[in-house]
Amino acid sequence: MKRIVLAALAAALALPAWAQNEQFVPANFYWVGPYAPGGSGFGGGIIDYMAMINERDGGVNGVKLTWEKCETEYNNARGVECYERVKKHPPTGATVIHPLSTGITYSLIDKATADHIPVISLGYGRTSAADGRVFPYIFPLITTYWSQATVMVKYMGQKSGGMDKLKGKKIVLVYHDSAYGKEPIPVLTEQAKEYGYQLTTIAVPHPGNEQQSQWLQVRQIKPDYVILWGWGVMNPTALKAAAKIGYPRDHIIGVWWSGAEEDVLPAGSAAKGFISAGFNAPGTDFPVMKDIQKYVYAKGKGEFEDKSRIGSIYHTRGVVAGIVTVEAIRLAQAKYGKGKPITGEQMRWGIEHLNIDDKRLKELGATGLMPTLKVSCNDHEGSGLVKFQQWDGAKWKVLTDWMEPDRKLVRSMVEADASQYAKEKGITPRNCSADE
Amino acid sequence: MLYREAGQFKSTYAEDQQIFPIRQDRIAMVVVLLFAFVVVPLIGDQYWLSAIITPFLILALATLGLNILTGYAGQLSLGTAAFMAVGAFMAYNAELRIPGMPIVGSFIIGGLCAAAVGFVFGLPSLRIKGFYLAVATLACQFFVLWAINRVGWFSNHSSSGVITAQKIEILGYAVVTPAAKYLLTLAIVAVMALAAKNLMRSETGRAFMAVRDMDVAASVIGIPMMQTKLLAFAISSFYCGVAGALYAFCYLGTVEPEAFTLDLSFRILFMVIIGGVGSILGSFLGAAFITLFPIFLDRGSEWLSRALDVEIQSATVSNVELMIFGGLIIFFLIVEPNGLARLWQIAKEKLRLWPFPH
Amino acid sequence: MDFSFFVEVLAGGLLAGVMYSLVALGFVLIYKASGVFNFAQGAMVFFAALTFVSLVERGMNAWLALAVTLAAMVVLGMTIERVVLRPLVNQPPITLFMATIGLTFVLEGLSQLAWGSQPHNLELGVPDVPMEWLSQQWNINISQFDLFAALVAGVLVGVLAVFFQKTRIGRALRAVADDHQAALAVGIPLQHIWTIVWGVAGFVALVAGLMWGARNGVQYSLTFVALKALPVLLIGGFESIPGAILGGLIIGATEKLAEVYLGPMVGGGIESWFAYVVALLFLLVRPEGMFGEKHIDRV
Repeated sequence: MKRIVLAALAAALALPAWAQNEQFVPANFYWVGPYAPGGSGFGGGIIDYMAMINERDGGVNGVKLTWEKCETEYNNARGVECYERVKKHPPTGATVIHPLSTGITYSLIDKATADHIPVISLGYGRTSAADGRVFPYIFPLITTYWSQATVMVKYMGQKSGGMDKLKGKKIVLVYHDSAYGKEPIPVLTEQAKEYGYQLTTIAVPHPGNEQQSQWLQVRQIKPDYVILWGWGVMNPTALKAAAKIGYPRDHIIGVWWSGAEEDVLPAGSAAKGFISAGFNAPGTDFPVMKDIQKYVYAKGKGEFEDKSRIGSIYHTRGVVAGIVTVEAIRLAQAKYGKGKPITGEQMRWGIEHLNIDDKRLKELGATGLMPTLKVSCNDHEGSGLVKFQQWDGAKWKVLTDWMEPDRKLVRSMVEADASQYAKEKGITPRNCSADE
Repeated sequence: MLYREAGQFKSTYAEDQQIFPIRQDRIAMVVVLLFAFVVVPLIGDQYWLSAIITPFLILALATLGLNILTGYAGQLSLGTAAFMAVGAFMAYNAELRIPGMPIVGSFIIGGLCAAAVGFVFGLPSLRIKGFYLAVATLACQFFVLWAINRVGWFSNHSSSGVITAQKIEILGYAVVTPAAKYLLTLAIVAVMALAAKNLMRSETGRAFMAVRDMDVAASVIGIPMMQTKLLAFAISSFYCGVAGALYAFCYLGTVEPEAFTLDLSFRILFMVIIGGVGSILGSFLGAAFITLFPIFLDRGSEWLSRALDVEIQSATVSNVELMIFGGLIIFFLIVEPNGLARLWQIAKEKLRLWPFPH
Repeated sequence: MDFSFFVEVLAGGLLAGVMYSLVALGFVLIYKASGVFNFAQGAMVFFAALTFVSLVERGMNAWLALAVTLAAMVVLGMTIERVVLRPLVNQPPITLFMATIGLTFVLEGLSQLAWGSQPHNLELGVPDVPMEWLSQQWNINISQFDLFAALVAGVLVGVLAVFFQKTRIGRALRAVADDHQAALAVGIPLQHIWTIVWGVAGFVALVAGLMWGARNGVQYSLTFVALKALPVLLIGGFESIPGAILGGLIIGATEKLAEVYLGPMVGGGIESWFAYVVALLFLLVRPEGMFGEKHIDRV
């Protein structure tokens, strides 16, 4: 026994084996608690992608990607601790942070900006951070909640047979009663003025495991569409409650955090027909997903014990995060030195100059998995495109092609909110035309 | 040998009644404070200061607040996080709406508002006791969070209900670095802890303890029940409110109401019980245990898996950590049901005799 | 307002209340028999439901899975008695409460370690859809599943009430609840009693887990249903089995009526605290709940 302990100690002391040619990407996610399906799925995706890059390409230009898990429990305080823990990690500190929680993202805005570590909040976080002039280090990439809300309205218009048909239609927003859930209300209210639909908002208290009264209200209103802005157990409960009042599921449109397998499976047959938004498609047939299976899982590695989770929504969303991260590292290396680890500041430059077009998507083997992405100093969102998918009882079926948001409206609201923030905090926005 | 009070004679009442009657305790206290004020900021790196020690101090303050209520006055409460939320949001509003408000003034306003809320939700304690009261304070927890979420005024009409703490400035000096924030937190916590220590030795403190030990008996000997219980609620909430304000200003920076969930209330209650019910020192020990232990476990497991070069799925590690943490709580309760503070007391008694126990 | 809608809200509320009662029963059982406020009840509900559903998904026959899960719950009860409670006999209630919180972490970690964190679907064969003749005749939606839950709860309460009032063990349990030491002194085998109670509470947790799991899916959030049970306990009293049912009905009905009729006036979402406020007002009148045992303080 003693010998084993000694051996372990000796092994540990010989540790500082951090090779200098490594790029450290923290894995601050959550594997326990009510949101573990999301955290472990997303985290699994990004880790699997990085492992695949290491196995297939030997890293990015020879620089191996490393990561270390840190359990945040979806808790602000733990998330901040994880951030502080990893930010100075050798050799070049944390490259980029994916907080995977709107609350943690908010808590990191000041800290990360001061520490020069970029934060990517893929489809969550502070919407107005899309204004890169005020938030140089925060990247709500691909699409934001506000873009998504406008696309939802557009989709409902399409379904009704034209945007002018929305006039007089009743739309109900059933939302998680938190900062996250309240996010779309200003945009939906604004668009109600434009298109003339009637908007009713119904709050569901956390955690949302009892929604009888909310759906009885829905039954009373008899809306044409219901937007479901849920998280965790709230989603299957809502679908079950909708079935109970006989509300057609194919008129419920969910936010992307309502649209994973984990959100509909527990509702069983009640979920059939439910439509949700998404910025990534599920599936195992994309070349990149095949590579993950070939280079990672076939070798007995990989984050999932349960192989059926490969290619699930959360998993591919994590892969998308991995793609964005690795592409930005690649870009930064091209500018600051190939085959060398980059710093947070250089990474910021990389993310800000990301341009993943159709050609690049094809090279990555991710055509259809994610939309094209072009980030700039001004625009930290980069895409805004959203797809819709429908649950057929066994899997998500993609319904539409990538759809455009109402960029003008979203951008003007983003700028208004960002400039208010800048005023409150005394930030002078960057001049983007001067930035390279 | 070192810790022996023989030969320390007290010749005045003042000497007999000082906070730390034993000379070694006084010396130890000065050493600890010096260490905390001078050495820690010098040797602590940013990670330790801003991610470990500052939150520990803030939570210790909240624990202290709950300990005044639960440990000294015997009233169980599960609304601690709500009082913290009130403190945080009101301090933010005080800073926002009153021009030229000094930051400590905002903290005090936050604390006072929390005290007022505590006063209101303490009213049921006149009728209800024990676990019934604990569950009833949940009403406070949920109501306060709901109100903060619902009324736009609290978050200055931010669309998502999130507030960003203003810059801290004291006498023209901007408190931005982790060390500065740590020192500010430490100063407030140290003053308030000493105040609590002193308060508990006063008539008020003794009245609290009489109520805790048996309220009927206490009222028979003439302790005003209503006044005492409500005072306990108000003081306790004041402490929690200031802790909440510090949590927002010196730790997280940007806060949404969801940072103050029931979960936090429970965690603070754990800290009280693990640390030692009715002990100032226990509040610090408990806060240290509950905040630091899961972090060390998480780091330890990472370190271990690297040292032994085994790859374990992250989910497995996280779950095992959780189990170990729960198991340790049970273990500590079995070994020492009166908390870590009691262990310290036992150690002190042993020290008195050491090294010649007979 | 529309009368049939009112009836629907009321009925829905009452039936939701029954679901709360199912969870509250587990608390009552353990509190009544050992004076422990068992915070781990929610985790037990989760553990039981997850074990059952995972066994079924791995191809086990449903009845067999039920038996295995029940056995697991009894073993769990015995382990808890041996490892957690026995060393803590005669400690103040707050310490025991704390120990059950530690237990919660262990159980949550254990369940997810064993079965993973993925949510599962659970079908009990009773569809959660409105009964047609009711909705056609009166335009009132009442789910078959809710009635089934009410039936289960009714049977459970009946059985438990008889058990506590009429059997030897039941009476021994009540003696233990009053005073550990006194019960030991008159020769009641404390350890057996506690094992039995925790076993029975495990069974109740399993039933609650199945009902809630069938409604929302079996996932971690099942642990949160405990929060729904707490105001029920306040109204019904911690020691009363019929109180748990009655409390559930009161809470369920007032909570739903308030959310539907008062909620829109103040921005909605008031369900989260309304039940507690109702319970609080109730307690101001009756500090021990409706059926709780009156304690007379003597100096």
